[in-house]
Amino acid sequence: MNAITGAWEWLTTGANWEGEKGVWHRLAEHLYFSGVCLAVACAIALPLALYLGHMGKGGALAVNISNVGRAVPTLALLILLTLTPLGEHGDAPTLIALVLFAVPPLLTNAYLGMREVDRAVVEAARGMGMSGGQLFARVELPLAYPLIMTGIRSAGVQVVATATLAAMAGEGGLGRIITAGFNLQNTPQVVAGAVLVALLALLVEGVLVVAGRLFDPMRR
Amino acid sequence: MAEQNCLVTNDWICGEYLRSRSQELIDATLQHVGITVASVAIGVAVALPLALLARRFRFLAGPILGVTTVLYSVPSLAMFSLLLPFFGLSVSLVVTGLVLYSLTVLVRNILAGLQAVPEEARDAAKGMGYGPLRLLWEVELPLALPALLAGVRITTVSTVALTTVGAIVDYGGLGTLILDGLDTTFKAQVLTASVLCVLLAVTADLLLLGLQRLLTPWTRAHRTRTSRASRKAAVTKVAEPA
Repeated sequence: MNAITGAWEWLTTGANWEGEKGVWHRLAEHLYFSGVCLAVACAIALPLALYLGHMGKGGALAVNISNVGRAVPTLALLILLTLTPLGEHGDAPTLIALVLFAVPPLLTNAYLGMREVDRAVVEAARGMGMSGGQLFARVELPLAYPLIMTGIRSAGVQVVATATLAAMAGEGGLGRIITAGFNLQNTPQVVAGAVLVALLALLVEGVLVVAGRLFDPMRR
Repeated sequence: MAEQNCLVTNDWICGEYLRSRSQELIDATLQHVGITVASVAIGVAVALPLALLARRFRFLAGPILGVTTVLYSVPSLAMFSLLLPFFGLSVSLVVTGLVLYSLTVLVRNILAGLQAVPEEARDAAKGMGYGPLRLLWEVELPLALPALLAGVRITTVSTVALTTVGAIVDYGGLGTLILDGLDTTFKAQVLTASVLCVLLAVTADLLLLGLQRLLTPWTRAHRTRTSRASRKAAVTKVAEPA
């Protein structure tokens, strides 16, 4: 298992963390891509899904988008976008692909969350004289919260994972350490990069789980 | 010769490419199908005992579901790279990675299916003298089949998409063509292979849907508790590893 001890050596070599191609720079790129794209995807998908869920319309749309998304290979879309004229604008293909892949889980979970709110509770709230807006803010949104957060968590992990793949299409991010390792036939570097990426993905998942609990409106 | 020109002008859609490289496309598609079928088949073979263990021993359910869920959040490029020291650049590396991904959905769905088997059906079978193995094989598994097949469908579709990432070790089926197309900025190759990949996923899904209808004729008559459980299991995980 030379690769594993080699990976440890790679990770503990300070020079690998510094500079343009170093871990810190790649990590910053990775977090920048992921953060911006998750925020944009939330800004697009959540209002739409919550509105559709509140009105009870467009269910087929919300569910089918996630099914279609599953069949489209992330890598293929990234590379297709890179070869279009967009590819000349550096980060644009990566950013667009990341947003596209974050939208389905956000849309589907938020929509389902709104729709799965007990109808009896909704009727009761209406009976108490709540307006549509009050019903949305005080009843539907808090009850849909867990599924909305599941969507954000899935989307977050998805974006971090896709940002890794961006390296195969020539963009930055932590994945570059892996692809560079492959190009140099340097297995320790490949494994070291993979460990970093896996840790980051798990960390993001963990942070989003904790954040979800902290902001839960029903928390006791 | 307009067709000849599309290779020279590097058009997205190119009939001449399809004609001159059809063998390459067929080979890549066959590799893609082979990797997908092997991964899903091994995935089911591993997930079934895991689901049975999780059902039989309550204390194992948490760890089994937890570990498979954690695997799900590891990015595919990292997953394949982490397996590199164990398998080298080989097709078994890609298949192993894909099997690990398939476990999350498969174990969850099989477990949900088994747990939704009505207690009365189990009791009736026991009353008729069925032993545990016969009960599992003739009563529980058939009743859990819709949930299992729903899991297989989700897994197959995402496995077809994920196989492309295997291109990093040269075993990505159509993904290998896509990645090569990037290096040579060969647009027709990238688009054709991508479209074939999506078509493959859709075809596989439709075939499995047909198989599901064929194997479980009773679910069409009326919605059973099993199918409700399977829908729920399928719905809770909507994101994919990438």
